[in-house]
Order: sequence, then C-alpha cells, then structure tokens
Amino acid sequence: MNAQLQPTGSAYFIASETEKPVTHTLSVLVDNEPGVLARVIGLFSGRGYNIDSLTVSETEHEKHLSRITIVTRGTPHVLEQIRHQLERIVPVHRVVDLSVVAQERGQDRPLERELAMVKVSGTGDDRVEALRLADAFRAQVIDANTEHFIFEITGRVSKIEQFIAIMKPLGLVEVCRTGVAAMNRGPEGM
Amino acid sequence: MNKAQSETGRREMTGAEMVVQALIDNGVKHIFGYPGGAVLPIYDELFQQEEVQHILVRHEQGAGHAAEGYARSTGKAGVMLVTSGPGATNAVTPLQDALMDSIPLVCITGQVPTSLIGSDAFQECDTVGITRPCTKHNWLVKDVNELAGILHEAFHIATTGRPGPVVVDVPKDIQFARGIYTPPQTAPRTSYQPKMQGDLEAIKAAVALMATAKRPVIYTGGGVINSGPEASHLLRELVDLTGFPITSTLMGLGAYPASGRKWLGMLGMHGTYEANMAMHDCDVMLCLGARFDDRITGRINAFSPNSKKIHVDIDPSSINKNVRADVPIIGDVGRVLEDMVRLWRATVRQDKSALHPWFEQIERWRARDCLAYRPNDDVIMPQYAIQRLYEATKDRDTYITTEVGQHQMWAAQHYGFEKPNRWMTSGGLGTMGYGLPAALGVQIAHPEALVIDIAGDASVQMTIQEMSAAVQFDAPIKIFILNNQYMGMVRQWQQLLHGNRLSHSYTEAMPDFVKLAEAYGGHGIRCEKPGELDDAIAEMIEVRKPVLFDCRVATLANCFPMIPSGKAHNEMLLPDEATDEAVANAIDAKGRELV
Repeated sequence: MNAQLQPTGSAYFIASETEKPVTHTLSVLVDNEPGVLARVIGLFSGRGYNIDSLTVSETEHEKHLSRITIVTRGTPHVLEQIRHQLERIVPVHRVVDLSVVAQERGQDRPLERELAMVKVSGTGDDRVEALRLADAFRAQVIDANTEHFIFEITGRVSKIEQFIAIMKPLGLVEVCRTGVAAMNRGPEGM
Repeated sequence: MNKAQSETGRREMTGAEMVVQALIDNGVKHIFGYPGGAVLPIYDELFQQEEVQHILVRHEQGAGHAAEGYARSTGKAGVMLVTSGPGATNAVTPLQDALMDSIPLVCITGQVPTSLIGSDAFQECDTVGITRPCTKHNWLVKDVNELAGILHEAFHIATTGRPGPVVVDVPKDIQFARGIYTPPQTAPRTSYQPKMQGDLEAIKAAVALMATAKRPVIYTGGGVINSGPEASHLLRELVDLTGFPITSTLMGLGAYPASGRKWLGMLGMHGTYEANMAMHDCDVMLCLGARFDDRITGRINAFSPNSKKIHVDIDPSSINKNVRADVPIIGDVGRVLEDMVRLWRATVRQDKSALHPWFEQIERWRARDCLAYRPNDDVIMPQYAIQRLYEATKDRDTYITTEVGQHQMWAAQHYGFEKPNRWMTSGGLGTMGYGLPAALGVQIAHPEALVIDIAGDASVQMTIQEMSAAVQFDAPIKIFILNNQYMGMVRQWQQLLHGNRLSHSYTEAMPDFVKLAEAYGGHGIRCEKPGELDDAIAEMIEVRKPVLFDCRVATLANCFPMIPSGKAHNEMLLPDEATDEAVANAIDAKGRELV
C-alpha cells in the first residue's frame, strides 16, 4: 500500500537511453599474459556491456601478442566508451573498431568468418539430403561412419546459422562454433 | 654475485628482501600494514632494517585509507602491506576507494605458497581475481626473478597517467626463494603510455572559444590536485588572466583558494546556488580534471543546456562518458594549463568589461546566501561548528579529512581551503570510515601539522579502532565528531523520498566518546553549548594526543542547498525554502518517474 502512495525514490538520476543499439566488431591487441582475457571479459560484465562473440589466440609468438576479436552491441555512445575502457587496460596495446574503419573506407562491414563443426546422424533419405546440402554449402566431411557425418563449415555467421537450421530436421546432434574472426579489407593492418 | 652484477645494482637476494629493497628504491619512507602468516618473511625483513617505517594498523581497511591519506597529502604513492585471504579482502574497500578517486596506492599482499594455490588452503583467496575490477592493474608473482621488475612497474603504473591502486600478490614460497634483484629502470611496457601533452590544435581551439565567452565558467576536479602543485599554480594564473569565475568538485577543493575573488564555492548536489546556476547558464564551460559525475550534473539532459564544453582529462574514457565535449583535450591538466596560459597571453586581447553583466548576475545569485542557516544560542548548529573550527585553524598548517555524510558536505561548504593536498575525503566511493585512518596517514606524513578528521557519529564508528594505532605512533590526530545521533544523510533522504519513515537511521546506543578516547589512551572532549565551543576547540588543538571531540550538534539539521533527485542545476532546494512541506514534496511525481 505504501508503495502506491509513495513511489520509490532514488538517490540516483536515471535517464532512459534514446539512441538505437548497433552491432560492431572490435579487434583488441594484447600482451599474452595471465589474466588478460579475464580483464577484458570482466570489463564487459562489470560495466554491463554485451558480448555476442569472443575469440582469442596468440598471433605473434615472438612478441607474445594475442588478438581478441569481440562482437558487441550497443549505442554509438556506449561503443565509444567500450573502446576507451578497453584501452585503459594496462596490457592492451590497441583497440580498433573494425566496423567503424570499414564504414570510413566506404565498405559495408569488415571481413568476418566463423568455423563450425556440425554433427548430423541419420540414415536413408535424410542422410543423402544432408550430404547433398553440405556440398551446396561447401561444407567438408571431416568424420563419418554409416550413421553420422561431422561437417566442417566456414563462412559468414549468417551462412553458418542457415546451415545449422537446415540440418536440424535432418538429424542434427551437436554444434561447435569458434566465434567470429575478423579483419578489414585492403592492404593496411589494424 | 659477480662484479658486473653489483655495478648495475643487480644482486642475488630472497623475495622478501626484494620487496623491502624495491620499497627503498622507490623512495618509500612509510608503509601501513598488518602481519599474517603469508607475509611473515617480509615482516622479518622489515624488522631488520630502518629505512622503511612500518605503521601497524588495527584493521587492513585502516591501512588502506591511511595510505590513501598519506598519498593525497604528499602526492607520493601510499603503500600498504597485508596478508593473504582476509587481509586481502579487507583491503578491497580502500582499493576501490582509491580507484574511484584516482589515488596512487600500492598494495602488497601475501599469498599461500604457489604449490597450494587453488587448493582452498588456509587463508587462501583469489586475490588477483577479487581485486581485478578494483585496481588499475594487478599481478600474481610466480617467479622470484620477476618480482623486482613487477614491483617497480607497480609503482610506475600507480603514480603515472591517471593515478590509481595496484596490487602485487606475492606467494610465500616466492618470498623465501632466492633470485636476482634488478633496480628500477625507465623502460615501461609499450602497451602503457599515458598521454601527457595535450593536442596543441585542440588547446588553440579551446582558447579561441574561451576568448569569445560572455558567460564562462571554469569547473575543476581532483585531476588538478593529482597533476601536482604546479597545476594549481597555473590554474590560479589562468583565472587571473581570464577573469573567469571558477567552481570545483568535492575532490578538487583547494586547487583554487576559497578566498579567491573568482571563487563560486563547490558545485553539485550540495554545492552553492551561484556555482550551480553559473554552470546551468554559462555559454562556455572549461572542465579541468573532473569527470561529470552524477552528483555534479544533476539531471543529465538538463545539464548546462546552452554551453560549449571544453573537457581536459588524462583519461580518454572520461571524455564523452556522461556529457558530450565540444572540445576534448586528452592530457595532463598541468601540461595543458601551461599551453593554455601561454596561448592566452600570446593571442588573446580580451575586453574584461564584457564579463561584467555575467558577474552582476553571479552576484545576484550569491546574494541568495544559499549556505545561510538559523543560528541558535542553545544548540550548536553543525555549520557553526565547522565555521568556528575553520576560524581556529585557518592560520595553522592544517590538513582536513572527513568521513561521509552530512558532516562531509558541511565541511566542504563551510571550511575554506587555500592550498591543494589539504583536503582528504572519499568522493567517488563515499566510504564511511575513511576519515580517521586517512588522518592517521596524513599525520605520519606531516608529523608537525594539525590534522583534523571532521567526522560524523555513525561514520567514525566504522574504523574507530585506528585510535589505537594513532596512540601507538604518537599521531595527535583530532577527530571532530559532529554528533547528531543520526546517520544524518540517510535520514535526510528518508525525509525526502520515503515519507519521513526513519528506518534504522537513528543510533540508539551511542558510545560515550570521551570515555572511549580515554580507553584508547587518547583525550576526550565533549561540547554541548555554542558558547563553550571556541574554548573546547582550543583545548583540542593544544593537546598533543589523539583527541575524540564529541561535538553535540542540532540533531535534525539537514544539509542544504540541495539538488533533489531528477532535478536540474537551476532547480535547487534552498535552505530558506526548505520547509517540512517543501522537503516532503521536493521530488515531484515527474522526478519519481525518472527513477
């Protein structure tokens, strides 16, 4: 009852967000040292940012540098904050918003590829159909016996999503995906 | 050890020796800490040397705040040393406090031996995991040969760029192990390169914008203090040159003197009417080393709607975070001010009379006398107590710390700060219990100075155990408690927002602070009458002992002026308008919708 008479107040000023969120892909070059991935992930969870996809691997062994690719969603204002907050992390060398760079160069978006392994089990017509569709999607068979296939498929996220959706009624068992690897077109590095 | 090693300062020693050697090599004179199983080898080394003095606190949180007070009052890094597990977790509050207020703090923690990490060993915790979000950077040392380099890097990162806390977690076997010590080198890692010098083109644009201003205001923050005394000096020069009015955040008090002619007082939620109105109506805002915190801006979409904003900050993530900057300048405030002053002198031919209408307007706002309160002959008004304290201490070498709450705001409003590094308070995190240990830290750094913690009766009880440390180390800190027997600020919000239902904000079993002071071996004073206040304050200053001063003030006084929730700078609640009814209705239905 009290709650009705006396709407709850707050010591904080809360304004609603008016900008529309967009999806961007970031490349983050970091020292490959213990805890560096935890720092990046902790920043996203701690400040309430989104991670749609995250991949990481050491890319320059002599310098112990790893490249992290993050697909994230937010308003342009939040995306700018994410970039600056990432740059504050001590072992972070560079942060590049690949989507912004692509737009600056008049391209739609950066090159983005993902790899998935897709296990399908079945016999008879379903099995034949699965193999035929895999061929159409240029998926490779990397393991098989008389009852199953494991396909390896590489491509844009939308292509992989489509392939998985098609395999579902044909006996889809499990899927494993790498997440997005990305870079910008053209001769320049990040 | 061979000859080449000794010539370059490289020597073989144990990890524990390296910790002490690294402290010495980084110029550390005092550390604050508490021993325990996982740091015993380091304590053994401390015992066998005299260059670093260790201040034994009574709780690790106290060590952290003491180190913060030490850092804030000296401009050097504060250092704390604690054990693993509970020692480290108790350090979390001061670490986060230092992170939010950009205080250089080096925290060395013991850790269980490497072989036991991950086994849920006695007094084990994931220190680097727990402290990762509340430090600028942290390290778990896994190889004794990396220990010295990490410690030097820790000092470098804590004190450069935007300063902040760091943690070095040292397992016990690393403290015992022998390895090669390397002295500090100036080869910072390539991924950490704070930008010090502001972009000259941006500074030129800023100066050009400032030169055209009809209604300018300078808004400064803790960044000016952090940048060093030279930055405060340059700020005063810029104000003299431009004739612009100036206000400051809580953290920035003292960078420009409160007695200065262009001073508007503090801005923000409990800032002055003239400062907030000037922020709202200005046409050019120069923000120096402040971060547009929500306590400063009020309702963000009504914040200074018609101004061009110049924002100078060393941290790029501060720019455009809360408020869009028209002219962003990334760099150290001191360096940017140097360029700004030089360019203004060289390029601007200013007609100072153009600012007259603006100052006439400011004087009209000032005439509202927003900090006024009704004096009382029988009861000490809290504002009066601060004013008398200020009068009694202003001509001395005085440092002020505070706890968090109404007393903190009254201190900021009514105590005039003339110099930087004289005001230590918990701004960002708002840590009750900060002030008493911070005062201890300040007193250790400045043994001859007068160090006063302006406290509240609730806050002071959060870290009152450090009275014992103050007695042990002959630190004659003065704890000036504005005792209203309430958590005053909590109560004020309950009156504003929760129908005056005072849920758990009254302290019904208050200790006898005089007896408590005596029990600790300090000195207790109680004052209940306005007429006795000056004598009691004089007694407090004279006693060469830690003092608990129980200043009984009006119990129901509230802190005004105030920007209520969901309101803009030009919608302040002023003290003469703050009737019971106005207070109850200060936040209208629209403001509540914003919640």
